[in-house]
Amino acid sequence: MSTEIYGRIKANPKFQALVQTRSRYAWMLSLTVLVIFYGFILLVAFNPALMATRLGEGSLVTLGPVVILSMFLLFWVLTALYVRRANTEFDALNRAILQDAEKGAKR
Amino acid sequence: MTRPILRPLAHASLAASAALASAASWAGPAMEATEKQPLNLHAIVMFLVFVAGTMGITYWASSRTKSAADFYTAGGGITGFQNGLAIAGDYMSAATLLGLTAMTYTSGLDGYIYMICFFVGWPLILFMMAERLRNLGRFTFADITAYRLDQGKVRTMASIGSLTVVCFYLIAQMVGAGQLIKLLFGLDYAIAVVAVGALMTVYVIKGGMLATTWVQIIKACMLLAGGTLVMLLAISQFGFSYTEILAKATAAHKDGLKLLSPGKLTADPVTAVSLALGLMFGTAGLPHILMRFFTVTDAKEARKSVLYASGFIAYFFNVIFLMGLSAIVIVGQNPEFFEAGKVGGKLLGGGNMVAMHLAKAVGGNLLLGFLAAVAFATILAVVSGLALAGASAVSHDLYARVIKKGRASEADEMKVSRYATVVLGIVAVVLGIAFEKQNVAFMVGLAFGIAASSNFPVLILSMYWKGLTTRGALAGGYVGLAIAVALVVMSKSVWVTVLGNATALFPYDQPAIFSMPVAFLVCIVVSLMDSSASARDEKAAFDDQFVRAQTGYGAAAASKH
Repeated sequence: MSTEIYGRIKANPKFQALVQTRSRYAWMLSLTVLVIFYGFILLVAFNPALMATRLGEGSLVTLGPVVILSMFLLFWVLTALYVRRANTEFDALNRAILQDAEKGAKR
Repeated sequence: MTRPILRPLAHASLAASAALASAASWAGPAMEATEKQPLNLHAIVMFLVFVAGTMGITYWASSRTKSAADFYTAGGGITGFQNGLAIAGDYMSAATLLGLTAMTYTSGLDGYIYMICFFVGWPLILFMMAERLRNLGRFTFADITAYRLDQGKVRTMASIGSLTVVCFYLIAQMVGAGQLIKLLFGLDYAIAVVAVGALMTVYVIKGGMLATTWVQIIKACMLLAGGTLVMLLAISQFGFSYTEILAKATAAHKDGLKLLSPGKLTADPVTAVSLALGLMFGTAGLPHILMRFFTVTDAKEARKSVLYASGFIAYFFNVIFLMGLSAIVIVGQNPEFFEAGKVGGKLLGGGNMVAMHLAKAVGGNLLLGFLAAVAFATILAVVSGLALAGASAVSHDLYARVIKKGRASEADEMKVSRYATVVLGIVAVVLGIAFEKQNVAFMVGLAFGIAASSNFPVLILSMYWKGLTTRGALAGGYVGLAIAVALVVMSKSVWVTVLGNATALFPYDQPAIFSMPVAFLVCIVVSLMDSSASARDEKAAFDDQFVRAQTGYGAAAASKH
């Protein structure tokens, strides 16, 4: 029904900009999560003793739980960062693209 | 008959995921030891209040469930916050509460490592999939995989994948539910299974996605509230001090300071990575989880739902970690919770009961009753989501698109979905009773393996790779399915535990590290070799699909009530 409109959207430079910026941002965040998480898994698998390192003389607070808690927090903050940017900046751009497409359709 | 003793930790892994099967595997040895408990009145009364409330909601929802869109996706009008709670409710099963508390109680840090593995799929689902799912899908994830490919063949494959995942998952939940309810409520196994099956069928048939969503929202709130309360009461006994908990826990636990280093769980790198892959990408291929993305109004709400869901899930996992650590001291040193009062012996009701004992220790019978009711509510919510996803695969994919080739009337499609729900309910009850004495933990491994190795590769490639063709998708999807099934059958949990052979042919529990890359490879190679005319059209259709995936132009809108 709307191959023509899809084609027009695709040709819109704003669309190219949206796709590029958003993809780059999403990939960057994904890679951050993957590298940190699998890095952690490999550390756990190859050097388990490291996670039992005490933080401070005689302290029972060890590295493992601190690292995991930091991952929970960091990954959730990354989620929030993506949602904030996507729901404001990217969505505004998206709305502009759709408006352009409809204007074009009326012509 | 050779009965399995407690499965090693590597197993409960998958089990704990979303399924109650871990309850089955964790509680396995317990089931042999303890029989029916005396009737737990607090728990039963609170559970009846929950059932009455959700039935009221189902009645209300039934008057608003008229069209197919209402039935499958609650008319697409769920808000991001509601959907976030519902996703959290779908994802955090009774096994999460019971299995992961128990795991922290027995192995300390291992439990926490597991929890981060369960969590880490969510940010990736957001970054890579959430908005594309919402923009392309309507009722089932096959809407996306079949978007520009051969409707009949690709939907058939997707529904086989969905139904296999749903059935294994449902059976595992049913068996776990029966055993858990027998323990917590003192009801007969068969009565418990029939009750769960019947309630599930009523929620789904009468109230569709709207009722299912609200059951999940209410259950998520109960779970969060109950867990938080138990955790706060427990850590108050340590003056709210983390180091105080650690000092007492390491002193009380037989492993002492080893509690704080990784243990068996990650004994070798292949197990660790395969587990992490299976949990991460299995989650992204579970039909009942994917379906939740079609219930929100637009991509914006889809993103928000992941934000809320992952916030609740992350929070709850940390609550469970603190519960497990506190239980080492509070439950682990109290003879009241051990068989024959022998501290360090068998826990009453089995290893899975740690969270329940902790509730009793810090809040008496009332809190125990509440947490037991929460566990039952949790089972119901999860099976309802599964039944709805299974019924949608039958009615929307198989019936309306494959058999009727898109010419079925909406009324017929909905009728079929309701029949399918009844059939699924009966199958779940019958198989649940048939498998009572079996170790069903492998079924969850299988469900995750298939989701990660068949559903997920085809889904992600169909969204990201222009070159994917029908032949490639079918070859990769079926090969992934076959390898996942074969490896699970050859693994210890089926080959040794169920079939009684001496040694496993496949040394790991989770097939994902092997089956997933093979599925991707086959999809890609077969697509590249496909030079048919239809393949050319399918590649050409990617551009339009891509624009819609990115902008949401032409996406299914929320229906107005």
